[in-house]
Amino acid sequence: MINPTLLMRCVLWTLLTFSFTGVSHAVIETYEFSNSALEQRYKALSAELRCPKCQNQNIADSNAPIAQDLRKLLYKQLEAGASDDEILEYMVSRYGEFVRYKPRFSGVTLMLWLMPVVLLLGALIVVISVLRNSRKEVADSALSAQEQQQLDDLLSRENEP
Amino acid sequence: MPRLKLFLPLFLFVVLVGFLLRGLQLDPREMPSALIDRPLPEFQLSRLGDDSLVQRSDVIGEVAFFNVWATWCISCRMEHPYLQMLADQGVPIYGVNYKDDTAAALEWLDALGDPYRLNIEDVEGSLGLDLGVYGAPETYLVDARGVIRYRHVGIINERVWQGILQPLYQELLKESGAP
Repeated sequence: MINPTLLMRCVLWTLLTFSFTGVSHAVIETYEFSNSALEQRYKALSAELRCPKCQNQNIADSNAPIAQDLRKLLYKQLEAGASDDEILEYMVSRYGEFVRYKPRFSGVTLMLWLMPVVLLLGALIVVISVLRNSRKEVADSALSAQEQQQLDDLLSRENEP
Repeated sequence: MPRLKLFLPLFLFVVLVGFLLRGLQLDPREMPSALIDRPLPEFQLSRLGDDSLVQRSDVIGEVAFFNVWATWCISCRMEHPYLQMLADQGVPIYGVNYKDDTAAALEWLDALGDPYRLNIEDVEGSLGLDLGVYGAPETYLVDARGVIRYRHVGIINERVWQGILQPLYQELLKESGAP
């Protein structure tokens, strides 16, 4: 007699295996690199470079012909021994700063880089000032001796028959 | 003063709406070319139709348009009649036949007419890459010194020609001292 949990496990593993082969089909084309360091750089650069045609994809994810061309070019340049900076410079000089998902820090991209910090600081200032005000209100709400006396008078008058 | 503070969220909201409205009007595909005011890249490619070589020096010297096209590009077929009309008026247009099949390209020119001074055969897309082409059709306006002055992405039609390209073309003609 077969253990039902064992059977279940076999089925699950089979399903999992198939689902993983599905993922590997998503790879568009593969290049043979002469060493694994180049392959790592290829992965990093193709994730950072943006596809000029599809705009919201990097060239690693895109199926567009221009993305294929750029991947091929990237592979060739890496194998030819170009540095990361040289490759990025090559791409930027043709497609503009747009082609990088991490654009250089410059006058044009100043707002892009600094805005998150500015907004975060602004939010912190707002939160702190709101907290302070509410604390001050609590402190202000304490009655002075004279006010307390008045309150007691009013209350005692109310309780009178 | 505390009263004014109450309007701060509204003010911020209005600013945000301003940015978003502007964003709606922008076309994300209209990117400035990285090559504006830079010289047309050097190249040495064969001429479509025969095996003679064409290079940069053969195609510069006057204000001209460089139209990137291919037979697989449907929009190129749409803009073709307009290019033909411009060529008939004497506007110099050079073709960059981008990553195309030579036989199909020649057939296209045979059937639809040939508005181009000559066609540069860019089978590998190497000139396209140097120009920063990311899809056809694209058209570059190059001045008499061989410097790229404008890039138009998408088809050329009456609206684009009258609104953008013709004024620029006239200006460059004046600049180079042509009649």
